[in-house]
Amino acid sequence: MRLVLRGITKRFGSVVANDSISLSVEPGEIHCLLGENGAGKSTLMNVLYGLYKADEGEIELDGEVQHFTGPGDAMAAGIGMVHQHFMLIPVFSVAENVMLGNETTGFAGTLDLDASRARVTEISDRFGFHVDPDALVEDLPVGVQQRVEIIKALSRDAELLVFDEPTAVLTPQETDELMEIMRQLKEAGKAIVFITHKLREVRAVADRITVIRLGKVVGEAEPTASNAELASMMVGRPVELTVHKDAPTLGADALVVKDLRVTDLAGHRQVDGLSFTIRAGEVLCVAGVQGNGQTELTEALLGLQDDVSGSITLDGEELVGRSTRRILDAGVGFIPEDRQVDGLVPNFTIAENLMLNRSFKSPFVKNGSLRLGALREFAQKKLKEYDVRARDIDSLAANLSGGNQQKVVVARELSRELRLLVAAQPTRGVDVGSIEFIHKQIVATRDSGIPVLVVSTELDEVVALADRIMVLYRGRVVGIVPADTPRETLGLMMTGERPKDLKDVAS
Amino acid sequence: MSTVTTPTPESGGLAPDAAVTPAKGIGAKKLPIIFGVMTALLAVVLLRSSHAGDTTFQLAADTDFVTLPDIVVPSGPTAWVMVVLCLALTAEAVRRMLAHTRQPVWVPIAFAVAWMTGFLSWAAADERIRLVSLFAGAVALAIPLVFGALGGVLGERAGVVNIAIEGQLLFGAFAAAVTASLTGSPWAGLVAAMVAGALIALILGLFAITYFVDQVIVGVVLNVLVVGLTNFMFRQVLAPNSDTLNSPDRFSAMPIPILGDIPLIGPVLFRQTPLVYVLYVVVALVAYALYRTRWGLRVRAVGEHPKAADTVGIKVNRTRYRTILLAGAIAGMGGAYFSLVSVAGFNREMTGGAGYIALAAVIFGKWDPIRATLAALLFGFASNLQGVLSAIGSPVPSQFMLMLPYLVTIFAVAGLVGRSRPPAADGVPYRQQ
Repeated sequence: MRLVLRGITKRFGSVVANDSISLSVEPGEIHCLLGENGAGKSTLMNVLYGLYKADEGEIELDGEVQHFTGPGDAMAAGIGMVHQHFMLIPVFSVAENVMLGNETTGFAGTLDLDASRARVTEISDRFGFHVDPDALVEDLPVGVQQRVEIIKALSRDAELLVFDEPTAVLTPQETDELMEIMRQLKEAGKAIVFITHKLREVRAVADRITVIRLGKVVGEAEPTASNAELASMMVGRPVELTVHKDAPTLGADALVVKDLRVTDLAGHRQVDGLSFTIRAGEVLCVAGVQGNGQTELTEALLGLQDDVSGSITLDGEELVGRSTRRILDAGVGFIPEDRQVDGLVPNFTIAENLMLNRSFKSPFVKNGSLRLGALREFAQKKLKEYDVRARDIDSLAANLSGGNQQKVVVARELSRELRLLVAAQPTRGVDVGSIEFIHKQIVATRDSGIPVLVVSTELDEVVALADRIMVLYRGRVVGIVPADTPRETLGLMMTGERPKDLKDVAS
Repeated sequence: MSTVTTPTPESGGLAPDAAVTPAKGIGAKKLPIIFGVMTALLAVVLLRSSHAGDTTFQLAADTDFVTLPDIVVPSGPTAWVMVVLCLALTAEAVRRMLAHTRQPVWVPIAFAVAWMTGFLSWAAADERIRLVSLFAGAVALAIPLVFGALGGVLGERAGVVNIAIEGQLLFGAFAAAVTASLTGSPWAGLVAAMVAGALIALILGLFAITYFVDQVIVGVVLNVLVVGLTNFMFRQVLAPNSDTLNSPDRFSAMPIPILGDIPLIGPVLFRQTPLVYVLYVVVALVAYALYRTRWGLRVRAVGEHPKAADTVGIKVNRTRYRTILLAGAIAGMGGAYFSLVSVAGFNREMTGGAGYIALAAVIFGKWDPIRATLAALLFGFASNLQGVLSAIGSPVPSQFMLMLPYLVTIFAVAGLVGRSRPPAADGVPYRQQ
């Protein structure tokens, strides 16, 4: 199926998310939409899928202009979408999810589950997906859930498939498998739109590349284009893709974790006997697929977990058993993995958010009252220093872009005397420009002699920042390896396999 | 609650050697505690006022074709035997807790039966307990609770919290009384009750679905509104014209041939009013439709993940509207119980909080139609027990007995549910961009 978009414009209030975007996709072709977070890629696809209504422009399939009033119309026309946040119902089985909205029924609307099972098995076999139609979706690994999304689209005879940031949640191995699936679909004559901001993936599978910036098409590129060329098209200026850092100046052992065990409320052991050391002036990156104990590890460091045993010492002081406030007062800075939930109060102003970790005493509180003057002065300074793009310090955090929100969090955490920095997913959902900035801040922190623990599920980030890499799998350490370990080895370790000849490096 | 040592901020220095417990079920710990407390309570009651004499459990009704004999037991000794049995079951529950195995369903059931037998033989010393009327009454009293709970389950499965069950029952009762009086047919009254319940649901939907108002607040406001409205109408319109507007024909008992003659089960389940038989059908239909039909799949999808439902072409808000209208109609039928079965005619605030107990049954029943029905039956049993015991003049003060249904509700919802998970999008309005 041939798709042509002509002059699509979509506005949200005064914001123009898509500004007269035109592009075409041919059958048997993988067309990449490359752009930063917030460039308008997802908006465009939601317009195509009937979730949003375009203010201007036309959608044409095989020469016919379409008027979608909802996703149902788009699906009927042969468009299938694999959403960034899976549109699957966790408590339903695979077969139920695949049939939802497209059910075969018998007498009086009785569900024909067998038909759906057969359909799942048939598609699953054809593409080698290995999906059990009776498994509950919530029990499946993320990569398999994504295949369920693909099956869902294929079971409705989709001819055009849209993949919206499909690799954000996958391990490197799963990503490779997905690329293979996309090639298979292409061979089968499907037209594919692949939305991403990851350059490596674009160059691996794309037949054509369209780059979008700030809601506009800024040009097409060949898959042979270099990373630097693509990145500068995407951001609009040359960017440094590699983090420049000198060899670390290592000090004494600063953070020493011994046999740490964390059990969650449901009784599951999430961190199971972790031991590691970070020296002053060193970045230890924790790599691993999401949900292998990283969250519990960082929260245990901050005193946010209840059921913790083992020992965590910072410069010889025991932290386990201390309240979170006393841990913060001991000089631990924390960039939480979800800034919307744990990092910021969305309905507070930037200034208010900047004092959250010092809400008890000086410099912002005196005799139980806020010292608003000092706070304003501080906030003005940090706004400039950290290049937070906002109208003023009284803007609500909720109204900032992801990158600027994260800069507020980083500014708050780095603006006091630190003895340890814990950064969980410091650049998730952040634009390339801000990533560059935040990475520089983290390296600067290291260079000032502070131990840094970075948790990231992005292998690129891990490799860029780390002095050493610790790979976690199911709450245990698979290995602690040097920063120059090959990506393939790291990817393998993330699945829990430890290469035979692997040697751990001590600091 | 937990045996795990929580590190105290003061300990500062070394970490306590916390013994990390392996996988623990949440319900596993509550059960032995509840058992222990209940057993102790029964023993204390027995010690403080023991009764001599015999207790008679009558199993037979008048018209069975086989008459089961009465069971006569010595009151005190029987009660003590049951205490021992309860202790044994408590020990079993403790053993399972320590061994970290699951508590099977039969343990609480056996405990409940033993405890209740012990309690009854003490409370009804020198008296006769008619088990048939105890259970048949429980079924009858549970009618509005079951209808209300089904309405609640349906609404919440579609993602709309229905606090307005109480209002739907009350308005249903009002509409049923007036319509049945005017037409002379209780069936017409039942239909009117359904319309009345659906009407309240429509207002709920308008605010909760279309205007995104907080569903709990709208529900509570609707309940208060219906109380005010029906009180006003009762005083101004029904009371002066009670002959024409408030004297409906009641549903009378309609025994089902053969089924109704089975000993014990027959008189309990099949010598009831037609409304009870309607109830059986509705329970079966709702349970089947929710899990086995396209409609049910879509309702559940909309309540779990509305956006996902939207992306496969399901109209989320239309589905929610339809479902809560149906839910309101079902809850409204429960209202008919008050003015067409329990008594003939409407009275002020005659539902007396049944809607809230139905809401508790929804949660206790884990948002499942069958479990919610069972929960509602349990609450119905508690209400009827209260009535039966005060009738035979048990030693328990009547004020305490009146608390019983509500006490059971609180315990049930707070303690016994175990891990329950409401529909993920329950109470969350869906906004389309």
